[in-house]
Amino acid sequence: MKRMALVGMPNTGKSTFFNRLTGAGARVGNWPGVTVDLLGAKILLGGHMVELVDLPGLYDLHGFTEDERVVRHFLENNPVDLVAIILNASQIDHQIAIALQFKQLGIPAILLLNMSDEAEKLGIRIDTRRMSETLGMPVMALSAKFGKGFSEARQAITGMLEISEQRPGLEDLKGKLAQDDQMETQMRTIISQSVQYPRMLAESFTARLDRLLLHPWLGLPIFFGVMYLLFQGIFLLGAPLQDAVEWLLGMIDQNVLEPFLATSPGWLHGLVVDGIYNGVGTVASFVPIIVLFFLFMAVIEDTGYLSRAAFLMDALMSRLGLDGRSFVMLLMGFGCNVPALMGTRVMRSRALRLLTMMVIPFSLCSARLQVFIFITAALFPPKHAPLVLFSLYLMSFATAILTALLFKRKFTSIEPFVLELPPYRLPTLMQLWLRGWQEVMHFLRRASTFIVIGVVLVWALTHLPPGIPEASAQSFAGILGNWFAPVLAPLGIDTQMTIALLFGFVAKEIVVGALAVIHGMEGNALTQQIAISMDWVQAYSFMLFTLIYTPCLSTIATLRSESRSNLYAWGTVAWSLGLAWGVSFVFYQGARALGY
Amino acid sequence: MSQSIPLAELKPGQNGIIARLKVDEALYQRLTAMGLRIGRPIRVIRRAALSGPIQVRVGLTDLILRRADALNICITPPPNNTDCYT
Ligand SMILES: Nc1nc2c(ncn2[C@@H]2O[C@H](COP(=O)(O)OP(=O)(O)O)[C@@H](O)[C@H]2O)c(=O)[nH]1
Repeated sequence: MKRMALVGMPNTGKSTFFNRLTGAGARVGNWPGVTVDLLGAKILLGGHMVELVDLPGLYDLHGFTEDERVVRHFLENNPVDLVAIILNASQIDHQIAIALQFKQLGIPAILLLNMSDEAEKLGIRIDTRRMSETLGMPVMALSAKFGKGFSEARQAITGMLEISEQRPGLEDLKGKLAQDDQMETQMRTIISQSVQYPRMLAESFTARLDRLLLHPWLGLPIFFGVMYLLFQGIFLLGAPLQDAVEWLLGMIDQNVLEPFLATSPGWLHGLVVDGIYNGVGTVASFVPIIVLFFLFMAVIEDTGYLSRAAFLMDALMSRLGLDGRSFVMLLMGFGCNVPALMGTRVMRSRALRLLTMMVIPFSLCSARLQVFIFITAALFPPKHAPLVLFSLYLMSFATAILTALLFKRKFTSIEPFVLELPPYRLPTLMQLWLRGWQEVMHFLRRASTFIVIGVVLVWALTHLPPGIPEASAQSFAGILGNWFAPVLAPLGIDTQMTIALLFGFVAKEIVVGALAVIHGMEGNALTQQIAISMDWVQAYSFMLFTLIYTPCLSTIATLRSESRSNLYAWGTVAWSLGLAWGVSFVFYQGARALGY
Repeated sequence: MSQSIPLAELKPGQNGIIARLKVDEALYQRLTAMGLRIGRPIRVIRRAALSGPIQVRVGLTDLILRRADALNICITPPPNNTDCYT
């Protein structure tokens, strides 16, 4: 099978091109010599099956970041037929260096000048034929986002693969790269021969918008204002969708499941309806909100506003031993902690990476958000619910800040902070649709595996041994809960909530599912039952604990694999468990002492 | 010939030519790859509050970097170029 690797600087549209080329058929996988997972896909090009590998973004083949190391190790250990180099056409003046480096290595390559739509608007004219002659590799202009030039690029790639011979992995890649001095001249020659810049640039839309959004004093308030509006938007749109899903699930239960299971034994009915269906269904009702959440995140990410957030927050973050990028990762963590942790790979200093990875798990991720929406809706009047949620976000920041302050001496770094500020962009509807679809698929995969396993286990624990009143003190769940009572009772967390927390260690989605199963109810009945079973002080203490104690097993696994240190991973978990206990204890006992 | 000054001392709206990068090899490569190459004109666009980063423009690329790091980038006023005064 032929193999093609995709390389380019971060933010040049590599993923956009990869998605367009592969459809949605990409899988993460392992490659020899590379410790991290890469995105790969097999596609049919011309008559050949081609394996396409999306390599992490790199600035320079010499580079020192984790990502750049990965690219080198991949190229050293894996034979490739062709490398497609993607760069941002507007920045060709310096990004062309990567193409020259690949030429030096002698790897067959094609150069794709992406974002040619933006370059065109700026008035940049690139003579691709001329460039291709001097560079000695095919050069194509392309807009991966809007598709212009895509089929030509695809054809050129197909043609090259047709006649390609697989090159073995390169030995001593770094040694093969000549020093940059000669390259400098080559670059200038190529650029001056084949690129024409406009004489005068009109002030761009981006520059005008930045004057407001990056304003020294207004910038931050505007940023937090925008975030606030986004959350309002998510709930405003999400609530009716959530109701719709609940209604739909109720209909299926009444009209399909119940008649179907009418004659089956009681335990089977219990397992299927009260266990799996209610459990997974309760989790599923949050899918619309989560999908909306990720869509909004995707828009924000795509617009380039996050880099602006890094600019605005860097001064504050540097006082915590972090930098503007750490703040962006914290924000990404609001979606899901796992990709946020992986995003720290762009940092060159290990200390800065470790400190950033230590604070990311305190980001209130969308899975925890489900738990909080659920509990808040049950125990607080609608008027107070947004305030409660807001306070939890504040707590999320507060614990992250505290952690950074306490540990910044252990992980001190002097990593310079340099970041590109891309122009403002808007995602296309297609991009949004794909993103939403990915989230739904992601949920279905999780739901079909460990959410189901989780709720079945919870059901078994609360219903066994046979013949006991369900979820009573004699059930396995009750016994397990009693073991933990000495630790969790001082936080106001009862045995049933303890079970939910135990499973929440695996994934927070299971928490709401588990509550549905423990109480054998769903929908409004469940919320009412929860409201009876605890008061608001207990509920808030439970939420604080849920927020802080640990995100989920995947996060712990990622912490371990990204740091390659068991000590660090478990140390981080121990710290957050301890902090969670401390915070909940102070809150619960404090509130009780004050007479609440 | 005029002396070169640190980039951090330019005010928003002022230009210069990158004369020297007083940084280690790793950062040198990163800066170069992002477009901060010796001999190229650079312009400071704005500074963040609270001694935060500065925004600069090289060619058509906008970058943000910390003032502390901008101290290590020596620039000369447009036509000249000599060494940084430290
Ligand atoms: N205008 C324009 N934007 C693009 C193009 N290709 C990608 N983008 C946008 O550029 C940003 C970065 O793209 P992405 O694929 O995530 O870059 P990667 O970091 O290289 O994988 C996203 O906002 C894309 O929507 C293009 O051809 N034209």
